[in-house]
Amino acid sequence: MTGPAHIFDKPNRYIGQPSPRVDAARLLQGRGRFVDDETLPRMVHAAFVRSPHAHAKILEIETTNAKPAPGVIAIYTGDDLAEHVTPYVGVLTHMKGLRSAPQHPLAVGIARWQGEPVVMVIATSRALAEDACELVQVDYDELPPVVDTETALDGDAPVIHPEFGNNLAWERDVVAGDIDAAFAAPGVQVIEREFRFGRHTGVTLESRGTLCDFDPSEQQLTVYYSGQAPHMMQVIFATHLDLPEENVRVISNDVGGSFGIKIHTYGDEIATAAAAKLLKRPVKFIADRFESFVTDIHARDHIIKARMGVTRDGTIVGIDLDDLTGVGPFSMYPRTSAIECNQILNLTGAPYDLENYRAKGRVVFQNKTLMCQYRGVGHPIAMAVADGLLDDCARAIGMDPVKLRQHNLMADDSYPRASATGMKLDDLSHQRALLKLTDIMDYKGLRAAQTGERQNGIYRGIGFVSMVEVTNPSPMFYGVGGASIASQDGATVRLDAGGALHVSSSITEQGQGTNAILAQIAAGVFGVALNRVKVTTGDTATTPYGGGTWASRGAGIGGEAMLQAAQALKDQVLDVAAVMLQTTVDKLDIQDGAVTDLDGAIRLPLADLARTVYYRGNELPKDLNPELIATRHYRVTDFPFVFTNAAMAAHVEVDIATGFVKVLHFWAVEDCGRVINPLLVDEQIRGGVVQGIGGALYEECQYSPDGQMLNATMADYMVPMASEMPDITVAHIETLTKTSVLGAKGAGEAGTGGAPAAILNAVNDALSPLGASIWQMPMTPERVLNVIDSAAK
Amino acid sequence: MSRSIDIQLRVNGEAVKATVPSRLNLVDFLRGDLSLTGSHVGCEHGVCGACTIIVDGNTVRGCLMLAAQANGTEITTIEGLADSGQSAALQAAFTNRNALQCGFCTPGMLASALGYIDAGGAPDRDAIRKHISGNYCRCTGYQSIVDAICDVIEEART
Repeated sequence: MTGPAHIFDKPNRYIGQPSPRVDAARLLQGRGRFVDDETLPRMVHAAFVRSPHAHAKILEIETTNAKPAPGVIAIYTGDDLAEHVTPYVGVLTHMKGLRSAPQHPLAVGIARWQGEPVVMVIATSRALAEDACELVQVDYDELPPVVDTETALDGDAPVIHPEFGNNLAWERDVVAGDIDAAFAAPGVQVIEREFRFGRHTGVTLESRGTLCDFDPSEQQLTVYYSGQAPHMMQVIFATHLDLPEENVRVISNDVGGSFGIKIHTYGDEIATAAAAKLLKRPVKFIADRFESFVTDIHARDHIIKARMGVTRDGTIVGIDLDDLTGVGPFSMYPRTSAIECNQILNLTGAPYDLENYRAKGRVVFQNKTLMCQYRGVGHPIAMAVADGLLDDCARAIGMDPVKLRQHNLMADDSYPRASATGMKLDDLSHQRALLKLTDIMDYKGLRAAQTGERQNGIYRGIGFVSMVEVTNPSPMFYGVGGASIASQDGATVRLDAGGALHVSSSITEQGQGTNAILAQIAAGVFGVALNRVKVTTGDTATTPYGGGTWASRGAGIGGEAMLQAAQALKDQVLDVAAVMLQTTVDKLDIQDGAVTDLDGAIRLPLADLARTVYYRGNELPKDLNPELIATRHYRVTDFPFVFTNAAMAAHVEVDIATGFVKVLHFWAVEDCGRVINPLLVDEQIRGGVVQGIGGALYEECQYSPDGQMLNATMADYMVPMASEMPDITVAHIETLTKTSVLGAKGAGEAGTGGAPAAILNAVNDALSPLGASIWQMPMTPERVLNVIDSAAK
Repeated sequence: MSRSIDIQLRVNGEAVKATVPSRLNLVDFLRGDLSLTGSHVGCEHGVCGACTIIVDGNTVRGCLMLAAQANGTEITTIEGLADSGQSAALQAAFTNRNALQCGFCTPGMLASALGYIDAGGAPDRDAIRKHISGNYCRCTGYQSIVDAICDVIEEART
């Protein structure tokens, strides 16, 4: 009776309930603890002299004037730190052929992007450190930069790493079926478009930062880290600063947004740790907003030529695409910068029944900020390409885009199965999700209104996307390629003497509500009130070992580990209770903080049981050795990833005089398996949609031809603000994944992955009476006007 | 660079005397010198709203004012709003609506929302969206924040 099936039937199960986050109060009262809120005795501050050039030889660094400046403690160059930090290379063995060069925390010899740290100044305050940075003289010899991805592979292009012979970092070809034959078949119409996706970045409101402390007496490095993967960073600091792993403690308290930005190896953070070790005292570095824009990882930046073939009756016969992307001068360590391209190759068209597929991807080096995995990794591009072409096909053959999707989406009863690219799929619900979507948005009503609006000169459009999302990754994502990145997570549940639960987990909190769902799962499965659960995450010294929160894995993997640990503790407690109550475990349950009969009648409060075990063990039989603590770990075994699906729609209005796009409403029907807390999931999906809308309409890292980022301030880099955003209706379908008892898949990236495609399709639907269409993101007013003007000519 | 200025002000009801570098931002003074770390620094040029505080009854960007300019003022930070109960209704509504995720924008968002409510703002979603458009939130979709502010206004009217 204590088995898993019981978990979801209890009256106080908590799982599935919209419980407000317990830790919200702390943040609402200004009692959060972000990295910059921490101070330590003898703490000093780092500031960096950064390369003003995209590509330049460092001829000489002169620090004579800076050293005696007020407050200066130390100054380090790239050569200085190279003696203390081993270089790192962002490659993975399963990304066959991926190349990157050794990278140092501070540039050594050559600076390869504007903003690369060159010199570190440590002073008693950040302001004084910045003053001294002004006094550091660096002589550069500018080198021709590689900025444009489209010319990066030309024979006469400068080569960023001469040892490689050219600027190619990685390439991959995927072929399934016979796309040429499929496109050449009679009756097949082939639509071709060139898509351009701008570079954008995460713009976490809390910038990157770190506070590193080193205690030489114990050779102990303690790092306060604003990020997602403490154990991954523990390995990185230990490896490259030559410390035993166990002597590195990484603590993530509150993290002010991450979205994939704060999960990489940043030179300024490694340098800060190295300085702490060299100076034997705490060193803090907090990136300012300019530093964030030019050093936080960027993402997207793809140029994709793509074709889709469709028959007259609406059967999509295949997709052919060529992706070119520039990732900066290095592949980011340790996750690499080829993953986004790889995701695009793997995922484009994955919701659809396709027999023929061909994709080519090329990843090139360039002298811009490094690119790596930002929320949605590849999804917004893969979905925009497939669904953008699909809506274009619908227009070409005169079929409704919903009908065309219904005709080509995989049937809900066709799983388990594989996509055209061989991705294993199970437990998806594309058809039901689309049906629910058209129902909640009143698709027929919106279409009917559209015609009349057009007659009045109002250009409104409706756009759809049917998408998959990679969640709950197995070791096949990183571990198989040699990265020290855990794919399993652990959870510990302990009953204290007062009858409360103390739980800890290796997944981490960046605002998603990780701690809240861990508490819900523990309380519900074990059987205590929610407010009797204390949660610890984000500390390598006190939590089980695991991957952290990324790739929409926290709830699905960390949540399952918590479920199993809570169940294991319950079984242990009932063993003790059965002895104390002289009955058998099958007659007992735990409900609301007490051991009960199966009907809920209280037999023994948990506090009484725990006090007997902890204080009066003499009352227990000698052969009973209660363990009021349980730890379980969980990893996904049967699938490389657990895919989720969603159907989304956007309703937009395009002002054809100004080119402005107004999003009127957005709908998302998401299937993330079991919804643990709808209050949290819904707003997380909305937040994801808003980031997706940002990428579709506003956000772009603009560069000059010589590789200078032109809009590296929050006033110039446009992010979605409240007044531009629509209300977003969220609904769910819950197709449980069979890979776990909990049945939860990830949900965190769906909105960002799907929204750009829906917005693109809605804008093109709005523009269709003008014969215009746009295939470039962000869809700025200028670009919208340009396509309207081109169509008019 | 090294010039210092003596200031006297009241912060969250307490008298404060300090000698501050003339270039020191007000928010850095509050965070660094007074350990009031609830006010956050997001952009340092008045765009993101994370450092929004209340100075003499007006919502102000803590990064756009120098500590020296705060001489003689009465300042309330999120810590003061929370301790006095001034933001209690908003805190409850933000919790119930899950109108925060990472919480970094939240203190500034509460200060801005309080400004709207105290000025007699209506439970009008568009007007609320406009009012908080100087406060950047990267986590939520803003909708729950608008919902929470509406809730507080409507509850006060009933």
